[in-house]
Amino acid sequence: MKNTLAIARRQFASYFNGPVAYIVLCAVLVIFGFLFWRFFFLYQVASVRQMVVWMPVMLIVAAPALTMGLLAEEKRTGTIELLLTMPVRDAEVILGKFLGVLGLYAVLLVLTIPYPVSVASLGNLDNGPVMTAYLGLFLTGAAMLAIGLMFSSFTTNQIVAFFSGGFICFFLWLLDKILPFLPSGVVGDVAEYLAVGSHLEDMARGVVDTRDIVYFLSITGFALMLGFRGLESRRWR
Amino acid sequence: MSDVMIEARDLTKLYPGAGKPVTAVSKVSFEVRKGEVVGLLGPNGAGKTTTMKILTCFIAPTTGTAKVNGADVWDDPMGVRAAIGYLPESTPLYTEMMVYEYLQWVARMRGLVGERASQRIKIAIEQTGLGDVIAKEIRALSKGYRQRVGIAQALVHEPPILILDEPMSGLDPNQALEIRDLIKTIGKERTVILSTHNLAEVQASCNRVLIIAKGKIVADDTPDGLRDTAGRRRFVTSVLNGDGSKVREAFGRISGVDRVKQLAGAPGDELRFEIVPAKDQDLRPEIFKAAVDGGFVLVELVTEGQNLENVFRDLTTGDPKRAKAKAKAKAKAEKEPEPEEAPEEEKAEEAAEEPDELDEPAGDDGDDDEKEGA
Repeated sequence: MKNTLAIARRQFASYFNGPVAYIVLCAVLVIFGFLFWRFFFLYQVASVRQMVVWMPVMLIVAAPALTMGLLAEEKRTGTIELLLTMPVRDAEVILGKFLGVLGLYAVLLVLTIPYPVSVASLGNLDNGPVMTAYLGLFLTGAAMLAIGLMFSSFTTNQIVAFFSGGFICFFLWLLDKILPFLPSGVVGDVAEYLAVGSHLEDMARGVVDTRDIVYFLSITGFALMLGFRGLESRRWR
Repeated sequence: MSDVMIEARDLTKLYPGAGKPVTAVSKVSFEVRKGEVVGLLGPNGAGKTTTMKILTCFIAPTTGTAKVNGADVWDDPMGVRAAIGYLPESTPLYTEMMVYEYLQWVARMRGLVGERASQRIKIAIEQTGLGDVIAKEIRALSKGYRQRVGIAQALVHEPPILILDEPMSGLDPNQALEIRDLIKTIGKERTVILSTHNLAEVQASCNRVLIIAKGKIVADDTPDGLRDTAGRRRFVTSVLNGDGSKVREAFGRISGVDRVKQLAGAPGDELRFEIVPAKDQDLRPEIFKAAVDGGFVLVELVTEGQNLENVFRDLTTGDPKRAKAKAKAKAKAEKEPEPEEAPEEEKAEEAAEEPDELDEPAGDDGDDDEKEGA
């Protein structure tokens, strides 16, 4: 556990040594700033609706961008060899990397808090749904970052990791948007269940359903598990 | 507890290749005792790095096992890793970190905290002479300093065993000398395995050599012992204005000569030959006589002792079993002190003549070219 945290802390700190973290943070904050105020002044509505709609879209790009290097780059430069010959388990490495990037995402979410707070001071913001929406966004981010990390563990090429991760995230985002075009019945149900949107929307309405939580956690867990397998496979190849 | 620090048993590693798997190491067994500095020597692609990766539990062997400091690589990989300080090939470090920060992180990963951590980091920094650069980013350091950071991170947790993969490659001679001295110092209190394809390094810093070729261990001895084992003199002679093939024939007829080889790059009209006796005996009078009889003008005749480079070449090219048998046979032959009087220039020429042998040992019978003109 100590090792996991040491890895996470190093990873978190190293983000601020490179450009990716700054670019992602700035881009997301600027875009949200614009959306928030436009929405507030145009429609006279104070809500975090814009974040719930647009955060997953931004994560389609941001999550793979932040995670693509986590393991792929270490494998390319060889630092993975030092990391994995220290007395740490592969699972601790995956978890540490994940917590490192999740920490960065948490910082990003915290930095967006001034938007709803300032809106709340001008209008009438319902606190409950805002908090559950934030929880939903956090879980969405966790799932997408785990997916990105998984692909980073499969390859030594960051670009490959970026596009594969981005594609899966895009797919999960897209599913509930194309529901009307899918045959109803089992296919439609499965698609609806798999879609990020259908679960995030619930939470944005202020409903915290165990099923939604389970959905996000199982995607995260599954992706981390596969990432762990990908890392472990080096031993047998 | 015995003093065997590393015990490798029949390590075999196959990598999946196109079609059939590629054997990287094949049934490698050896033991390393406490306090030894062992050089793992071999041409590129011989299996040195694979062996080290198995010993550090980075990869698992396909079959076989190894015990490091009493811990088995299969059953107790954490115990193995805890006992080892490892410097991988080409020194991969987190270059965006500062030296001190990096060492702190390594210490934390190694389970060192608080006062003990800072103390150990301090000692490692002193040992490796990093004092001047602790506040610099690793990416700003020269190759030599990076190498020291790599060694420092391997030393932080006071491991009983150090595994260094090509610690001196890519360094300039001064830096290499510094690292060599450093390894010597470390070797006094710890068990060290280092890999290299450079013979001078082994001679300078190791007290035991494992020569590995095509995934197999072909020799296991001290550097001096190896040289003795293969101790057969050869004679290098130069002749003026002769006909190359005639001279070779004349020298080849001398009784007791195993083979004669014409060496390239002799200055002017000189022709230079290498004459290898079948067993260890002084053939200089016979060579002189043959030259007189043949009417050649002999301008140079030197005795060249077998050096490690030749041993290495013998062992790592061609069939390892035969090379080993040859080495054993030579050991039985009488030995005399070997004068090392051959000029450096000639060795270089020899090497230049057979540039492929060191790089591509595979498929080379090894004796083909030596038989010419014999």
